[in-house]
Amino acid sequence: MRALTWHGKQDVRVDSVPDPEIVNPRDAIIKITSTAICGSDLHLYDGYIPTMKSGDILGHEFMGEVVEVGRGNEKLAKGDRVVVPFVIACGHCFFCEKQQFAACDNSNPAETADMSEILYGYPMTGAFGYSHLTGGYAGGQAEYVRVPYSDVGPIVIPDGLEDEKVLFLSDILPTGWMAAVNCDIEPGDTVAVWGCGPVGLFAIQSAFVLGASRVIAIDHYPRRLELAKQLGAEVVNYQEVRVHEALVEMTGGIGPDACIDAVGLESHGMSIDNVLDLAKAKVGLATDRPAALRQVIVACRKGGRVSIPGVYGGMADKFPIGALMEKGLTIKSGQTHVQKFMPQLLEMIGGGKLDTTFLISHRLPLEKAPEGYKMFKEQQNEVTKVVLKPH
Amino acid sequence: MSDKISHTMADDAPISTAKHPNMDAMLIGRTVTINRPREDLYAYWRDLRNLPNFMENVRAIRVIDDRLSRWTVAAPAGQTVEWDSIIVEDEPGRLIAWKSSQDADILNSGRIEFRDSPAGRGTEVTATILYDPPAGAAGKLVAKLFQKEPNIQARRELRRFKQLMETGEVSTAKPPHAAPRAE
Repeated sequence: MRALTWHGKQDVRVDSVPDPEIVNPRDAIIKITSTAICGSDLHLYDGYIPTMKSGDILGHEFMGEVVEVGRGNEKLAKGDRVVVPFVIACGHCFFCEKQQFAACDNSNPAETADMSEILYGYPMTGAFGYSHLTGGYAGGQAEYVRVPYSDVGPIVIPDGLEDEKVLFLSDILPTGWMAAVNCDIEPGDTVAVWGCGPVGLFAIQSAFVLGASRVIAIDHYPRRLELAKQLGAEVVNYQEVRVHEALVEMTGGIGPDACIDAVGLESHGMSIDNVLDLAKAKVGLATDRPAALRQVIVACRKGGRVSIPGVYGGMADKFPIGALMEKGLTIKSGQTHVQKFMPQLLEMIGGGKLDTTFLISHRLPLEKAPEGYKMFKEQQNEVTKVVLKPH
Repeated sequence: MSDKISHTMADDAPISTAKHPNMDAMLIGRTVTINRPREDLYAYWRDLRNLPNFMENVRAIRVIDDRLSRWTVAAPAGQTVEWDSIIVEDEPGRLIAWKSSQDADILNSGRIEFRDSPAGRGTEVTATILYDPPAGAAGKLVAKLFQKEPNIQARRELRRFKQLMETGEVSTAKPPHAAPRAE
């Protein structure tokens, strides 16, 4: 089959690779009908995530048709249309039973689980197409994909809901939703969102659905700020205004009740701390550039909530631990428990309460995926979301 | 006085986590919680023929009688080594302890214990393995196999045991079939 593979920093290609096969009883093989490039794929593209190997198939936002199921899978049948969560979860361990699917104890193979155990203290869950730290599973920017534990993750899509309405259930919609859930929104709350990429935009939508009075969105790309505004947010362009002062003024001196970092480890901006981080990253002295997160923590009101859906992988310098402790902030974070949120979000999409199609700016055949990566990286104003069609 | 206190104060942590273990043999200890009743876990482990399903280096186990079994284990350079293992303690649902026969190339003994996890989280499974490196040159290669990263070996085996018991399968992303990749 054909698949988008990683070969090094900013080097992705479409290669011919072997077809995936059923190897375990609960596996399924999915014929991919739609798959998207995620903002977090750009972290791989830029070489910020360790343990990538040349030849790895990328892609963790995908959906398609079930073409084969293992003998131990009683949930899926050939011909089902499914969206597949990017985190792989076994459904039976302590964590899965608590619905903390992104903490599944079993889906990362024993050999690769060692690395995250050393890095993070405990072995992390498996995920599709996202380095060997998360298991080395082949991703879905391909014609076909093997889905392990497919009787737990994939959700069957009813007829009449086309791909583009439901594709983002795989990652970014539940990620934006969980980001807002993690804000523990109370009536009257103002939520500030750093980063108006797909996750930030869905977090804005979700914050309103969950009862926020106001949402203030921070970015510098005009097109992204415009989309945020269309969703009902007030917008702040950090290249034009002093963000902290603006937030203080806009909230009567109290500050935002909850703040969301939907930027992650490749923060832009020309603040002195970010320039230093960038310099260190370039010479290999550091991995993460948490400029947005620093601002989030300082801007959040006393006793407020900080939610971090943005991806970080390593260590951060100059973390404002004093502001965090002295103000008594609550931080919630983590990879998304996609399986937990999919059913209710699918229902909201079906009922017209949530629409995610506005995000898609480009549709490309799989063969043009490398161009898609380049565009998404270099033209973040115009390119809000790239959807690939492998068949 | 302070000396005495430090020597007599009991530490609640298991000895396998000691910073300065005071012993010649190599001790490995590792605990996992498995979301299954301990009787099930004991029964699977007690049928020794099941062990190669999650112990990657164990090629085969031939059960000779209720206590005695013969193990074939992969060694470097495509070789295999064999030894007899004897079950020395057996408490159904709770504990299995074994030791290699005296003529084994590398003396080893171990125990696997199954305890109810508090708060209904299943079973806490603790593996304790003791390797005694051979004195002479004989068996040095084999010793190397076990001493390289015996902790890693043990924790991978326990993880696979947990996967198998909780999910019915062992998680894998091995190329090419489980996870295709470009050359």
